Amino acid sequence: MDVIIENLPQYWDGFLRTLFLSVVSGIIALIFGTVLAAARVSPIAALRGFSMVYVEIVRNTPLTIAFFFAAVVLPRLGITFQQFEVAAIIALSAYTSAFIAEAVRSGVNSVPVGQAEAARSIGMKFSQVLTLIILPQALRTVIPPLINILIALVKNSSVAGAFYVLELFGQGKQLANANGDAVVWVLVGVAFFYLLITIPLGYLANVVERKVAIAR
Amino acid sequence: MSSVLYDVPGPKARRISLIGSIIGVVVIGGLLVLAVMTLAQQGIFDANRWAVFQIPDVWVLIANGIGATLAAAAVAAVIAFPLGLLLCLMRISDNAWIRVPTRIVLEFLRGMPVVLMMLFVLLVFATSSFVAVVAGLVLYNSAIFAEIIRAGVQSLPKGQREAGLAIGLTSFQSRLTIELPQAIRRMLPSLVAQLVVLLKDTSLGYIVAYGELLRAVQVMADFLGPQYLFPVFFVAAAIYIAIDLAVSRLAIWLERRGSRRAAGGVAHVPVAGIPAAK
Repeated sequence: MDVIIENLPQYWDGFLRTLFLSVVSGIIALIFGTVLAAARVSPIAALRGFSMVYVEIVRNTPLTIAFFFAAVVLPRLGITFQQFEVAAIIALSAYTSAFIAEAVRSGVNSVPVGQAEAARSIGMKFSQVLTLIILPQALRTVIPPLINILIALVKNSSVAGAFYVLELFGQGKQLANANGDAVVWVLVGVAFFYLLITIPLGYLANVVERKVAIAR
Repeated sequence: MSSVLYDVPGPKARRISLIGSIIGVVVIGGLLVLAVMTLAQQGIFDANRWAVFQIPDVWVLIANGIGATLAAAAVAAVIAFPLGLLLCLMRISDNAWIRVPTRIVLEFLRGMPVVLMMLFVLLVFATSSFVAVVAGLVLYNSAIFAEIIRAGVQSLPKGQREAGLAIGLTSFQSRLTIELPQAIRRMLPSLVAQLVVLLKDTSLGYIVAYGELLRAVQVMADFLGPQYLFPVFFVAAAIYIAIDLAVSRLAIWLERRGSRRAAGGVAHVPVAGIPAAK
């Protein structure tokens, strides 16, 4: 138990870095994922094709492979990063955006057909139908799955710890090496900080889901 | 193809869409060509780099990596599924002394990174990395399986359980013989989709030094020289993705087939792989 209190600064540092990775990757993934979903339903065939192939391949790529690519293979190819956080953010946001695109697309499909028909019948173009009518409703219904994806993102950011980023998992690994006699407590501390993020987010997803269920 | 989101294209819209498509293809193709040219400049496509695949030992190492990946996934899946069933039964038990602690354990397991559980088992119990990988996968996925099956049980019409109890089955018998078989059948696509997640997560074994496919790539790159990293990585990643794609297709096929056959249809595979808790 003491080992957690003694090393609280390291934990806190790792916790903040995990939060930072999750928030930045989350924002990038939300934007890019929504764009991908819009491309998937657009009238332009090339965009539809690109979005479909991207989502299908990235969803079936293990995250560790994405990280390995960003942190080990890319630098070999001449794309070097000042900080490994950048590689981690690239891997996490590229991976997560595929799941977000799928979620948003399922939200678009769940909006009643009449909404789009009504919008078109008053003369709206595709871009207007999508941004003014469909997406605002679609995003609202997919908030709970989106939160679940973000929870997965927080947990996934732990892989960054194995690729030179000292976030929560990376700090935990170092502390475990330094305190061989108290490994259990070191890792329990790490778990505690993860649960500090994931469990409240899970409850938020439940609450929002109930609200949305009533609103519909 | 027609969509409700835009009008059936007329000649003008078709032209615009065609031009858009061409521009899109040119942009995406241009980026690809740029990437390929950058790679070519570094000599990635030199024949001698790929000649590494003529060495039989390279394929032996890759095969061993695939074998290790599949072995961990198979053992974990075989243990996690019955455990998930058990956890599900405990989670929906009538006895609060069983239900509430199980719920806490499940929340705990679902909220933690898999790789942390692997590291925990590896360091605390000083096991082999294979056991650590399997244990981490089992702990996490049994919790997810339990939640998926529970969602299936809850999606059944109330009358199923009531009828079971009315003909004199005990609560446990009703769960086992009436509700679970239907729930599992309904959630089959989700369960298979979770298998894809499990298969993908075996790659986390790389972090705890388990000799799976990615670790084999690393070993080969260290042994043969860094110039071979890209070719070997490329092939290994392609194999990994191909296996995952195949299992994903199976889930989609089951969903399509199930929506025709299973009574009341099957539930759709949730996007995040995890059904939203209710």
